Amino acid sequence: MKKEIKFEDALNKLESIVEKLESGKVDLDESIKVFEEGNELIKLCLGKLNQAEQKIKKVSQDSTGDIKLEEFE
Amino acid sequence: MDKKIYSVSEITQTIKMLLEQSLPTLWVEGEVSNFKEHYSGHLYFSLKDSDAQISAVMWKSRAQFSDFPLEDGLQIRALGNIRVYEKTGRYQIDIIQIQPAGTGKLQAEFEILKKKLYQEGLFAEENKKPPPLFPQSVAVITSPTGAAVQDILQVLKRRAPYLNIYIYPVKVQGIGAADEIANALKLANETPFIDVIIVGRGGGSLEDLWAFNEEIVARAIFMSQIPVVSAVGHEIDFTISDFVADLRAPTPSAAAEMIVPAIEDVANTFNSLNSRIIYALNSYLEYKKQRILSIKNSYGLRRSADIIRQNIQRVDDLAYRLSLTSEGLISKNKEKINQLKKQLNNLNPETILSRGYSITFKSNKIVYDASDLKKGDILETKVYTGKVKSIVD
Repeated sequence: MKKEIKFEDALNKLESIVEKLESGKVDLDESIKVFEEGNELIKLCLGKLNQAEQKIKKVSQDSTGDIKLEEFE
Repeated sequence: MDKKIYSVSEITQTIKMLLEQSLPTLWVEGEVSNFKEHYSGHLYFSLKDSDAQISAVMWKSRAQFSDFPLEDGLQIRALGNIRVYEKTGRYQIDIIQIQPAGTGKLQAEFEILKKKLYQEGLFAEENKKPPPLFPQSVAVITSPTGAAVQDILQVLKRRAPYLNIYIYPVKVQGIGAADEIANALKLANETPFIDVIIVGRGGGSLEDLWAFNEEIVARAIFMSQIPVVSAVGHEIDFTISDFVADLRAPTPSAAAEMIVPAIEDVANTFNSLNSRIIYALNSYLEYKKQRILSIKNSYGLRRSADIIRQNIQRVDDLAYRLSLTSEGLISKNKEKINQLKKQLNNLNPETILSRGYSITFKSNKIVYDASDLKKGDILETKVYTGKVKSIVD
């Protein structure tokens, strides 16, 4: 289970980038930088949506109390 | 053989003693029928089951402490003493206390727990966490074999094919179900990256749904750090879980619908952000460009060019004026010269001769005074055209 950027976080980040750009309170280099950052986030999120591979796992605890993942049929 | 003859009172008294002394205060369970609340405040009814019935009375002094309303058909447990009423020769149960039993018992327990948890603040709006707008990992706590899990998976597959789904298989009814559900809630909170939890089951009787009315489940939902959506039974079924949960879904399918936006909506959101960010950058760059242009055209920057232009103009102007002046001078002088020329012309003796004057010479000298002349002098007179010789007489 790799930690990935959440849509929610991406969305918040994007909102702040757009607001920053819209406010014009950034210098030119910064504006290009944040734009690229935003663009990457959007590509990432849309890419994630389009991958469209749903993973279904069954979660249980083994005898020692550790979490155990299995395929769910 | 002596026959013992009892009076009615005696035999009734004997029955009363036998019954009342051999039967201690006891609990009896049955269904209420023929319920009557007398104007005096005493309650009269029968308790029955499929094969028998017994008369019951609850005196006002006890009935007034019972907050459990009786009605026909209700299953109750009654604590009381069997009493014989001599006047009619009937026995009845004199009820001290009643408790709901069966469905009624569950209903009453439900009300009591609901009230308790409400007072503790477990249902309070301010304790509810809004589920995330775009969950990526969802925990589903339900029976792995029930219809609910299939309903949920079907909706999630259609709406959110990018989702990670974690199923926590539990018993949803019967002994131990509540413990399993509560434990799964705890487990889901220990599993990394779960964004939202659906806990529920399909429809069933009040008894079937009962695990979701248990205090242990209610508290586990309340303790969950992850937002919990309760989806128990059908639209009309309300459980304690529903009240504690951050969100109540009328059915398991509805829970799945509620927790994820349709994939098209998510895509739209990001697409619209995409246009917005591009527009924002373009506007920003356009604004900067305008500023540069406006600086370029600013008065300050234009000033030096302007000074040069103004000086050029000034030189031109002076040159022009200069040219005007010299030309004036020349023409003025020309006039004067002409005048002088005219005057000069007038002084030319030729000009005088042309008007009829003449000049007289003697020995090539101009004669100014007639007294200088004597008889016989030879004079030469010049006229306009030609000369005349003459002798003084």
